Formats: sequence, C-alpha cells, structure tokens
Amino acid sequence: MNLNHLGRSLAGRFGGMLAVLSLVSVLVFILTRLAAGDPIALLLGDQASLQDIELTRQRYGLDQPLLAQFLYWATEILKGNLGQSIFLQMPVTQVLFDRVEPTLSLAVLAVSMAMLIGVPCGIAAAVWRGKLIDQCVSTLAMLGASMPSFWMGLVLIQLFAVSAGWFPVSGYGDPGAPWNIRLHHLLLPAFVLGTLNSALIIRFTRASMLDILNEDYIRTARSKGLSEMSVVLNHGLRNALVPILTVFGLTLALMIGGAVVTETVFNLPGLGNLVVRAVLRRDYPVIQGALLAIAGVYVIINFLIDVLYLVADPRVRHG
Amino acid sequence: MADWRESFRILFARRVVLMAAVLLVGMLLMAILCTWVLPYEPMAMKVSQRLKAPSLTHWAGTDELGRDITSRIFYGARYSLAIGACTAFFAAFFGTLMGLLAGFFKSLDAILMRLVDAMMAFPDILLGIALVSILGASPVNVILALTLVYTPRVARVVRASTLVIRELPYIEAAHAVGLSTPRLMFKHILPNLMSPILVQLSFIFAYALLAEAGLSFLGVGVGAEIPTWGTMVASSTQYADRALWTLMFPGLAIVLTALSLQVMGDGVRDLLDPRLKGNT
Repeated sequence: MNLNHLGRSLAGRFGGMLAVLSLVSVLVFILTRLAAGDPIALLLGDQASLQDIELTRQRYGLDQPLLAQFLYWATEILKGNLGQSIFLQMPVTQVLFDRVEPTLSLAVLAVSMAMLIGVPCGIAAAVWRGKLIDQCVSTLAMLGASMPSFWMGLVLIQLFAVSAGWFPVSGYGDPGAPWNIRLHHLLLPAFVLGTLNSALIIRFTRASMLDILNEDYIRTARSKGLSEMSVVLNHGLRNALVPILTVFGLTLALMIGGAVVTETVFNLPGLGNLVVRAVLRRDYPVIQGALLAIAGVYVIINFLIDVLYLVADPRVRHG
Repeated sequence: MADWRESFRILFARRVVLMAAVLLVGMLLMAILCTWVLPYEPMAMKVSQRLKAPSLTHWAGTDELGRDITSRIFYGARYSLAIGACTAFFAAFFGTLMGLLAGFFKSLDAILMRLVDAMMAFPDILLGIALVSILGASPVNVILALTLVYTPRVARVVRASTLVIRELPYIEAAHAVGLSTPRLMFKHILPNLMSPILVQLSFIFAYALLAEAGLSFLGVGVGAEIPTWGTMVASSTQYADRALWTLMFPGLAIVLTALSLQVMGDGVRDLLDPRLKGNT
C-alpha cells in the first residue's frame, strides 16, 4: 500500500521532470533560432557567394521549416548527437566533454567550501537566534549576496596572485598538468564561488535548524538533562541533514552553469567560459548544446533531490 | 495615511535600514544631478591625467583615458539604477500576472508552472547572456533579457501566496456574494499580495543590478562605450596592477547599492509580515 503510494509519487515526479526537460529543449531551440545574424554568413566570411551560403545552409539543415528543424534536432539529441560546432569543427558533445572536468572540479571544491562556511554559521545563527552572532551572520550572508563575483575575483587576484604571488593569476596549468597544479589554480576561484554561494546554505541551515529546535522531541531531549551541545548536534543537526543535503545538491547544480563569470575572470577552460566564447563567436550549436546540458543537469539534480526527499522522509513517504 | 506614516516610522527606526535608504536616495540624487554639480564631464578625456591616484582634485582618481572616476561612477549610476529599476518593475508586473493566473485557475497552473520550472533551470546569468547575445547589446535589451530571467521567480512567489489567500474565508464570502472573477483577483487578492511583491521588487532590483554588471563585464551587456559600473570594472582589469582604484571604486558602488537594496527588502519584509521576522 505504502510502497504503491511511493511508486505513484515517484512516477509523478518523473513525468514532471520529462515535461520540464522537453520544455527546456523547446526554449533552447527557440532561443537560438531567434538569434540575429546568420551564423553561416559569419562562418563563410565576406568572400562567400550567395550560392555557397545557400549550399552550406542546406548542409546544416537551416533551409527546412522550423518545426522540421526542431523535430530533427530533438531526435538527434535523443540519439546523443548535439550537432557540430561551426567554429571548432568538432562534435558538440566532444567540445562539452572536454570542458566538463574543470567545471565539475571547481563546483565540487566551491560547494565544499560553501558548506564548511554555511553549515556552522547557519547552526550558530539558529542557536543564538536574535543575538549578535545571528545578526553578524545574516549581515555577512547579505554582503555575500551583494558582491559581484567578477569583482571579488579581480580584487583577490590583485591581492593574492599579483602582489603576494601565492596563487597563479589565471588558467588551469598546461594541458594534462598534474592534479596538484590544477588544484592550485582552482583554490582562488573556488573560494570566490564558495563564499558568495554560502549565503543560500546559511539561510537554509538556519531556517531548518530553527524549525527543528522548536520540536517537542528537542524539549524532551533538553528536559532529560542532555547537554546543549548534544541536543543541537545529535538531535537537531541529524534531523536537519536531509534539508542540508538538499541545499548541497541545489548549490552544486547552480554552480555547474552559474560559474560563467568566475570561470571567465580566472580564465578556466570550463563550460561557462565555453558558452561566453561561443556567444562571442555566434557558434550556435555549441550555445545550444551547452545550455541544454547545463539546464538538463539542473533539472535532473532537482529530480534526484525530490526522490531523496520521498525516500528519506517517512512523513513524505507515507503521504 | 496615518497608517503609512506609522509604517515608515517603524521601518526607519532600524538604523541599518535608515542608512540603506539614505545611501540609495543619495545615489539616486547624484545620478540625476552629477552632470550639473560635479566639476568633470564623465566622458572628458585628458591624456596628461591618465591613471592618476585618488587626490583632492580627483577623489576616486582617473582612468586609463584620464577621465574622472567619481563623475563616471555617478553618471554610470543612471544606467545601472535605471536598468535595475525597470527590470524589477517589469518582472514584478508580468510575474504577478502569471502567478495570479496560475494560482487562480487550476487548468493554467500545470502549464504555467512547468514553464516557470523550465525557465528557472537556466542559471540567471547564463540565460541573460544567451538572450542579450540574441537581442544585441544595448540597455533596453538588457532590461528585456533580465525581465525574462526574473519574471518566473516572481510568478512562483505570487502563485504560492495566491494559493494560500484564495482559501481564506473572506474570499469564499466574496465568491458567494457573486463577485466576478477579475474583480476577485484584482480587488481582493492582489492587495494582499503587495507585501511579497514589494519584497521581491527590492531583491530583484539588487539581482538585476548585479546581473547587468556581470553581463557588461563579459561584454554582452549595455555596450562597452556606455559607462555602467560593470563596463568600468571590465576596462579596469588591464590597469588594476598599477591603478587599483580604477577597480575598487566602481566595484564598491555595486556592492554598497546592492547591499542597501537587500537591506531595504529585508526591512520591508519584517515590517509587513511580523510573523516572518528573523525566520528566513
């Protein structure tokens, strides 16, 4: 009976995810087809004859009606083919795969830093609610949300890379550099991304800890004489783990595509940097593929979080 | 009227909120008046004055073309503030409409909210970049792009509040009396949505300000020739090692303005909904 209920909920979420994914693909398609400027004319340059342009348009299928183009594109995606980069003359999937590692490493490192800052700060703010610590934490969180990442990155580069020389100024080392060199290149950008994104984690941790600390079982734990430390960490934090895991996933998902600016400032060869370059070169297949991949990963991570919630929380599970 | 005066008194009793308000009003006034009250033209180049450090004559120093940075910051505020304000207004308008419709009509809800989910799957800045690259770099197009980015966010908040309010007894009563649906939506539900909308307005103002700066920094914003805070930071990068002030001051303008807007939003939220105080 209950398993049945869980199964139905899961199927519902799954259907919702598929609907959102299809809408995402329609949006991506519309976005790139609305674009001003003919990518083919741009590719072939001023010297190309009209006939050449027409032939190339046919080669890329751009002379077909829009609906046909969309259906063709959508079936190709399902086959795992995102098309060919106009500028790089490589399959888009290949281009994307080459850029995944830096972005993923940056996101994981940054989200770890954000959790290290955000979770203790959020707990402290909840335990000493309304006190000085709470106010300091919320002010800091707001300051983090007001700081443009590119500016913080540039200032830190000036201070710690150019002046002090502790970190490389930009880049990701030579191609195939060992992991410690790459890690060294990632520390400063991950710090920027991590501190600025810790605001969300602080707010989330604080809110869920506040909810839990008001529960009856916390009062029971206190009244049976447990130390405040034990009450907060063993009874409070343990029950806040699912929401905290949620915000971990959400932040990670946001960072995969949201690190565009940070990647550009530090010149990391990641997905965000790729999109910016593709936009400047009007390389639409790459823009299309990258947007689709980034939004797709976001939707799928969100779905997985929903599933985690359903499976982990007995109250949700039993409806 | 007395009600409003009382609200203002409570709002500005908190010193941070008062400071934020003073800073925002000051920035707005300087943005409007800068070309009359400041001694330097924001666009006037003077090669002999290139990259001069802050001094009594140039309070924030000069940039790589010998232009006075103070004048440029306040002149740039015209664009940065106008883009943020317009985006916040339009996003609030369309988002409210979308959220009201979704919250009120069950048949529209599923479609509209899936659309909102799909649009929110793109990170803000990435969707902004894609849209501006399609529309072309200009202030109006940045407003258009960012409005599309932030409308779903408002829609989600407004829908959630509408769902709560439409179940309240007074709405049931209004319905029973036979009021028409539009009247119910706009006369009875909308006024009660004002506090979440107002809070969203100030936060989106801040986010849009930051997003515009980010887009302009990446070169897909207002266009490099227009001095907004983002383009000023972008052009400072080559000289930052010799002239740190060209980087610091425009950035500080962004941070202080965005922070003030968020403090205001927080203050308004606490004022309008005491239950939420300190809870979010």
